[in-house]
Amino acid sequence: MDKLDRQIINRLQSGFPICERPFKMVATWLNITEQTLLQRLEKLLEEGILSRFAPLYHAEKLGGGLTLAALAVPEHDFERVTNIVNSFPEIAHNYAREHDLNMWFVIATEKPERINEIIKEIEKQTALTVYNMPKQTEYYIGLYFEV
Amino acid sequence: MQIDEIDRKIIQATQKGLPLVSKPYHAIAEQLNLTAHDVMLRMQRLLEVGIIRRIGAIPNHYKLGFIANGMSVWNVPDEMVDECGKKIGELSFVSHCYRRPRHLPLWDYNLFAMVHGKTKEEVEEKVEQIALLLGENALDYQILYSRQILKKTGLRLTD
Repeated sequence: MDKLDRQIINRLQSGFPICERPFKMVATWLNITEQTLLQRLEKLLEEGILSRFAPLYHAEKLGGGLTLAALAVPEHDFERVTNIVNSFPEIAHNYAREHDLNMWFVIATEKPERINEIIKEIEKQTALTVYNMPKQTEYYIGLYFEV
Repeated sequence: MQIDEIDRKIIQATQKGLPLVSKPYHAIAEQLNLTAHDVMLRMQRLLEVGIIRRIGAIPNHYKLGFIANGMSVWNVPDEMVDECGKKIGELSFVSHCYRRPRHLPLWDYNLFAMVHGKTKEEVEEKVEQIALLLGENALDYQILYSRQILKKTGLRLTD
């Protein structure tokens, strides 16, 4: 990753124009050609430095359900529980964390009522209690990483 | 705002990525049998009402070197949570900040702030800054580090 890659990443985290030639517009801002910008983006995506170049959609405003939930999983049972939780396509992220509550996952569903069905199903299959922690207020979501 | 079938089609066609071509909105329009004008107008409206938070690059923060991802969790008095949340939200190193319910007695934290850093030390230093900012409202706090990503797919609208 060179200086130009970093400039592209920083610039493209704060918005992308909606117009006929948006890449050309951004390229002009960066003082490069449209072709260079497209090639760099392709490379950054291929290398996995960017996970996506896309609109970031707001799940709840789309009418879907979204929550963060946690489990306290006994270490010896971790793999089995991971497989159960990950088997639901509605689990968007799942992280192992260092705490008694050691598994944290995001459930995203198209219909809000499906959240509780999934929680019940996970509880049934794992025989563990799911701690549901839906967000009550959002103070900030930036997801901006300066490089 | 309600989204219609055409909006849904646009969302489905774009959620995994915009086409990396000179005229990306035209490419989407062609794929969906719409006019480019219509695609741009609808996406502009989705952006204005906040259904699209933003369009752009979504980095893999691990690959950028932000490998220490600490979920800081705070127990603040319920009547102070909005004030504290807004203060935390203004910090540049916090990527998300939410109020969430407590689960007593196991879990008494009601405010979550995701802090990213290149090292654990950097995350700890940033969390210290939050603690200073909240002062006596920070009754208790912890940092939960991620040990492993077990799954990461992002959100998906399906057919």
